Amino acid sequence: MWIQILLVVAVIVIGLFLARPTGGDSHLAIRRLFMFAFVIVAIVSILFPQWLSYIANLIGVGRGADLLLYALVLAFLISVATTYRRNVQLNRRITHLAREITLARAEAEDALRRAAALDSARVERASGVEAPGRDDAADQVG
Amino acid sequence: MRAQPILFCKNGLMDSSAQVDPRRHSRDTWIVIPLYNEESVIGRVVAELREHFDHIVCIDDGSTDGSIAAAEAAGARVLRHPVNLGQGAALQTGFEYVRTQPDAGYIVTFDADGQHRIEDAMLMLDLAKRDDVAIVFGSRFLDDRTNPGWVKRVVLKTAVWVTNRTTGLQLTDAHNGLRVIRADAASRITLEQDRMAHATEIVLKLGRTGLPWREFPVELLYTDYSKSKGQSVLNSVNILVDLLVK
Repeated sequence: MWIQILLVVAVIVIGLFLARPTGGDSHLAIRRLFMFAFVIVAIVSILFPQWLSYIANLIGVGRGADLLLYALVLAFLISVATTYRRNVQLNRRITHLAREITLARAEAEDALRRAAALDSARVERASGVEAPGRDDAADQVG
Repeated sequence: MRAQPILFCKNGLMDSSAQVDPRRHSRDTWIVIPLYNEESVIGRVVAELREHFDHIVCIDDGSTDGSIAAAEAAGARVLRHPVNLGQGAALQTGFEYVRTQPDAGYIVTFDADGQHRIEDAMLMLDLAKRDDVAIVFGSRFLDDRTNPGWVKRVVLKTAVWVTNRTTGLQLTDAHNGLRVIRADAASRITLEQDRMAHATEIVLKLGRTGLPWREFPVELLYTDYSKSKGQSVLNSVNILVDLLVK
């Protein structure tokens, strides 16, 4: 039956699409084309309800309602796939942001500690106490 | 410094290296420890590492317990992720931090739960310096000291198989957290797998650098604590999906 071939091929295509390396813009374009087709089909099937049943009979499905269900399942799969990918990309961005924050904070803390170590070395030297060498002071930072 | 006994010393391996300076790697080596809710053990792990190394960096991955305070009290430099990102992300943050340190020659990745032996790390550093290899991977399957149990063995061996297939390297162990990475090798890779799949990714990307690498037999101490913290078998499903779907 035609419908089985169509469905299996569609599911495989969605699976491959999911494992494909990311192409940001083409991704978005496919999403939009898909939405456009969805709107057209929705309008047509509202204006000509018998059209769905006709297509369904043509490819070996009993009723138009069944065809609608199959289409819905595919649409859901595509939606899951694209949402997952968007999530992965979003997470990657969050990671970069968080890492920048972490490293910036670490850099600020290191600078503060270095300054404090130098300060205390200077104070000790000024007060005549045997001051630790600069190297030792810097070691405390790492 | 040597007065205090080393807790992980079980097989008397330290005796062989006792003649040489236990702090021989202290200056140029940075220990990188991803840290997430290990309050009860991290203090001891850091304190023992401090006997051998000057520079210990813990990357806190959004711990909700007292891990940060415990690590800092023991003498580690703690970097803090503002939110939980995952172990791979923490390692990458550590690598990028060490990159900014002018004296850094080697990075040792170490687990926070105390399942690695410091002596293994020392010997791996000896090997890296003596034979001038850029990467030394720890492997628990090169000798029979470690007994992970058969379920874990099957899962790990499958992980090894997948890793070798995808990376082209022939390793005997995957997902072993103990590694020695020369600073120039670490700066040539960027880990994008935030979660556990980084263990395969790190092998893949280090392998692609074409730098010389070795494996080194290490023992993993499966304490009750590290077992309770260990990855579940189900998590290997997550790792596979993470690797396949990018």
